Amino acid sequence: MISQIFSIAFVAQTIRITVPYALASLGGVFSERGGVTNIALEGIILNGAFCATVGTYYTGDPLVGVISGIAGGLLTALIHGVVSINVKADQIISGIAINLFAVGITKFVLEVIFHSSSNSSRIAGLPHIPLPFLESSPEVARLFGNPLVLISIFIVFSSQVILFKTRFGLRLRAVGENPEAADTVGISVTKYRYYGVMISGFLAGLAGAWLAFDQHSFTDGMSAGRGFIALAAMIVGKWNPLGAASACLLFGFAESLQIQLQGAGIPTQFVQMIPYIATIVVLAGFIGRSVAPAADGIPYEKEK
Amino acid sequence: MKIKKSALESSFFQNFVVPLTAVLLSFLVGAIFILIVGKNPIEVYSVLFSQTLGNSYGIGQLLFKTTPLIFAGLSVAVCFKAGLFNIGAQGQLQIGAFLTAIVGMKTLGVPFYIEIPLLLFAGMAGGGIWGFIPGYLKAKLGAHEVINTIMLNFISTALISYLVTNVFNVPATVHTPPISPTGHLLRFDQIFPAFEGSPVNLSLLIAVVTVVLVWYYIDRTKYGYELKVVGLNPRAAEYGGISVSRQVVLSMVIGGAIAGLVGSNFVMGYKYYYEEGFSTDTGFMGIAVALLGNNNPFGIILSSLLFGMLEYGGLVINTMVPKELVSILQAIVIIFVISSNKIFRRIIVNLIKKKKLLMVQND
Amino acid sequence: MKYAVELLNITKRFARTVANDNVTLRVESGVIHALVGENGAGKTTLMETLYGLYQPDEGKIRVNEREVRIRSPYDSIRLGIGMVHQHFMLVPPLSILENIVLGAEHVRNCILDLKRNKDEIYELSQRFSLKVPLDEKIENVGVGVQQRVEILKALYRKADILILDEPTAVLTPKETSELFDILRQLRSEGKTIILITHKLNEVMEVSDRITVMRKGKNVGELKTNDTSPSEIAQLMVGRPVLLQVDKTSKQPGKPALKISNLNFVDKRGLKILKNISLEVRHGEILGIAGVEGNGQSQLIECVAGLLTPSSGSIEINGVETIGLNARQVFENGLAHVPEDRIKRGLVIDLSIKENLILGLHTNPRFSSWLKLKRSVIDQNASNLIEKYDIRPAQPNLQVRGLSGGNQQKVIIARELSRDAELIIASQPTRGVDIGGIEFIHRTLIAARDNDKGVLLVSADLNEILSLSDRIAVMFEGEIVKLFPNNQVRESELGLYMTGSMRKNDNRTENEDQEVSA
Repeated sequence: MISQIFSIAFVAQTIRITVPYALASLGGVFSERGGVTNIALEGIILNGAFCATVGTYYTGDPLVGVISGIAGGLLTALIHGVVSINVKADQIISGIAINLFAVGITKFVLEVIFHSSSNSSRIAGLPHIPLPFLESSPEVARLFGNPLVLISIFIVFSSQVILFKTRFGLRLRAVGENPEAADTVGISVTKYRYYGVMISGFLAGLAGAWLAFDQHSFTDGMSAGRGFIALAAMIVGKWNPLGAASACLLFGFAESLQIQLQGAGIPTQFVQMIPYIATIVVLAGFIGRSVAPAADGIPYEKEK
Repeated sequence: MKIKKSALESSFFQNFVVPLTAVLLSFLVGAIFILIVGKNPIEVYSVLFSQTLGNSYGIGQLLFKTTPLIFAGLSVAVCFKAGLFNIGAQGQLQIGAFLTAIVGMKTLGVPFYIEIPLLLFAGMAGGGIWGFIPGYLKAKLGAHEVINTIMLNFISTALISYLVTNVFNVPATVHTPPISPTGHLLRFDQIFPAFEGSPVNLSLLIAVVTVVLVWYYIDRTKYGYELKVVGLNPRAAEYGGISVSRQVVLSMVIGGAIAGLVGSNFVMGYKYYYEEGFSTDTGFMGIAVALLGNNNPFGIILSSLLFGMLEYGGLVINTMVPKELVSILQAIVIIFVISSNKIFRRIIVNLIKKKKLLMVQND
Repeated sequence: MKYAVELLNITKRFARTVANDNVTLRVESGVIHALVGENGAGKTTLMETLYGLYQPDEGKIRVNEREVRIRSPYDSIRLGIGMVHQHFMLVPPLSILENIVLGAEHVRNCILDLKRNKDEIYELSQRFSLKVPLDEKIENVGVGVQQRVEILKALYRKADILILDEPTAVLTPKETSELFDILRQLRSEGKTIILITHKLNEVMEVSDRITVMRKGKNVGELKTNDTSPSEIAQLMVGRPVLLQVDKTSKQPGKPALKISNLNFVDKRGLKILKNISLEVRHGEILGIAGVEGNGQSQLIECVAGLLTPSSGSIEINGVETIGLNARQVFENGLAHVPEDRIKRGLVIDLSIKENLILGLHTNPRFSSWLKLKRSVIDQNASNLIEKYDIRPAQPNLQVRGLSGGNQQKVIIARELSRDAELIIASQPTRGVDIGGIEFIHRTLIAARDNDKGVLLVSADLNEILSLSDRIAVMFEGEIVKLFPNNQVRESELGLYMTGSMRKNDNRTENEDQEVSA
């Protein structure tokens, strides 16, 4: 069994599982760093997955699917943005409502288009980039030949740079910690919060698209709590892109382990619980304090 | 102008105008979806209303679906009043219902006047424990209850799934063995034949009683006063000698316990066992119910009725329009309720400002 | 150019009030122009409109004698206007450097180029004696440094017109004097300074021109050299102001409060209270003078049972209260008017009658083991509303709808209704209008005449001097001086408040000035 864990196939599987978590979690980081709590990640992933499926189904072109998935994510995030930033209503409830909305509308349209309440027709997967130097190991080739994997890894590292080393990142962080201060130096709080939310829509939508391609179809409720795991990873990672991605890797590892251990005596349900219990443990502060951006979740009101 | 401003904040406005507008708007949006599918909204809505309200079987189904929503809504509302987001009603009701079933199956033959209170207590205990965990973590360690309750929802589903499949199962099913017959709650159709076939049962009365108890607790007792103060201004509560952590834990336990009573509707009043998947989103609907009812126990009865009607109505119109339309409506109601406050306020504020141009300012 | 800024017929309305009512203000170039008025007179709103945080409903703005439209701080900054707000607009987890450049950062290929910024700012800070540790995080530096950061922010953006809103509120007298030196230097370089303040002695010391605002209107334009504090005060208030309170002498009795060797260490391990010992006797008002942030808040909270001291003893009426929780301390004879009425003392979404029992709700008078006694609560409310003239006289009205003065009255009514032996009043008249201030002062003196012990903490030296029977001065967590009466000069108090003198100091005030000259 140990040899199984350190096999290439296992690593590939872990990364495969981690990608959607990491993308969504990074999205959460950007949104919350700007000060908008985003519980709606789950719904954005679901909508992204659905739009990607529909896009690929009708055109046969996975690239259209990817774009559709991102578009679906952006649209969903836009709703959350309007409600949270312009209307300034409660962000947590908005997030929950959007999740419910996503479940409802995806299933609704699923019925209308595919005449099934549980899954859609099969769609093509993403095209492969042939990597000749990895021919010896088919699993690795399959993994890294998938363009989204490479893109995701790039996104993780560039997010860290963007957040901490660019002007955009500095302003975004200021808006999330003390929006009034940013306002008084002429930074538009509204604009930057939208940037943060829309980035989360982009990334979480992309995560949904990945899921759809990974499973070659859309299944009702296929996000399966990944949005919440992504949130958990964001918290465990202390709202830091690299931290969040690392936490996602950890959770992906646990999930991959669970698959390996299936039938090895440990009940699936217990292993399923691992990420959730881990999050509670971290939140309880047993592994250091985890503090959100100061203005996270608080609508910015200017006039008295 | 002062009259207009406080009218905006008055209970009448919050309790009636806002929810009503939200519901009407969502029906309008729903109509758009119905049109997209190529059906006639008037036709669909009239079928929905007539089948749910037009005959006693429909009403029975509606009431059956309303009952758990009342419990879930109260659960969320009590915690809201204490300033907490109880997203965990789903997990709490599952654990509560599960415990009800387990205790029920292990206490065969116990006389009903002991069994029924015992099973109700089991439900409350299960839900209460599941509410205690995030409450305690919040009070003692400051861990935010939103994420913790969401995590616990998943944990409860997995835990119960394991127990039902491996420990307490009836082979080839996903439910537990039946509870003692002395724990059965009376079905309404045994008294009123008009409800023939519909599973509405005495649990509804228990729900109404719970509503009154919650109202009394919050409005008339000193613990309710403390709960309100903690929810509105924890620092003032602290100053006033109120133990904030005690109220946080207490309200989560109470909220969890109330959610746990959902078991009385399904386990004690309908199937007489616990079945996996018997409720997938009651807990989340509870959030919508609480919001629409403005966290007011009696308002929650009304909003539960509405959502219960929609739940059953969705099944009824499923041949015409996918029943998920109802989920969409429910989500939109939530968004409208939380938005309407702000939007209305802004409209009125602008009106007041414009009127002031014509008036002399006096203090 | 004669005028740097002209605000012409500015009107600004909010939902409840008209903050600025047809205000015209002209500020000459190169002067220090004071804008004075009571709380709520509209000074801050006017300046925030100039700075672009608000849009005026009516009126025009001219900068350097050209008409302009200022839609946001972006515009005002470009016009050379900078503002230092009363509550600092700084981002705590970011460094001082990052805070200064925020919004005006240099970039190279999209990456921040902080080094370039750093050199420029260092040069500025040297030129104007505004020394700050550029790489330190804001959350780790003190208020005086933070204010310098705010000024640097404005200067970095090439501000020629500098607005300062109540800049000395959190400064020691020495820091205030340093600030005024900086302002004079800025003036000599041709900058225009608008100083919002309600401290008349500062107005007299540093300003050239004065505009007085009252209830949203401009009620007076003065030249500093040609006027006096009482003339200014009269314009501010609208009637002659009595700056003294009538007080009969009283023989104090036994201690209502006895603090011995109290120490408090906070979460970060800093010693906040160092070996404090003091007494408040029945029938006296003990005033604690000191700049905010020297441990007064923590001292009060220790007495109230809201914080646990690390060592020492607190006795209320002879009973040791350390280890008791807040409720128990109340029961032992404490009444507490807290520093921050909105955050601590009231639940503004609840009604007046519900607020009047906050902290008293477990009293058998108001509740049984479970139930609240509603008729008693109602009766209590109508009694107290009448006695303290709380307006509007509607017990079911949300406290949110009351003015600051009436909100404070609710707290005072509640606390005094406890008939406690020890009354703590912390900043009791902050944000209260003159009529309310007089009322509250009379109430506190009446309590003292009634043999209660009153512990008064206030940042308002006038209030301390006029109300107290004895005065203690706190500095950096210690009582550095205890005056046996209130015959002290403000300047002497100031020296103790800034740690320039200590209780065992035998030097006089004059000798000390010689030493430091």
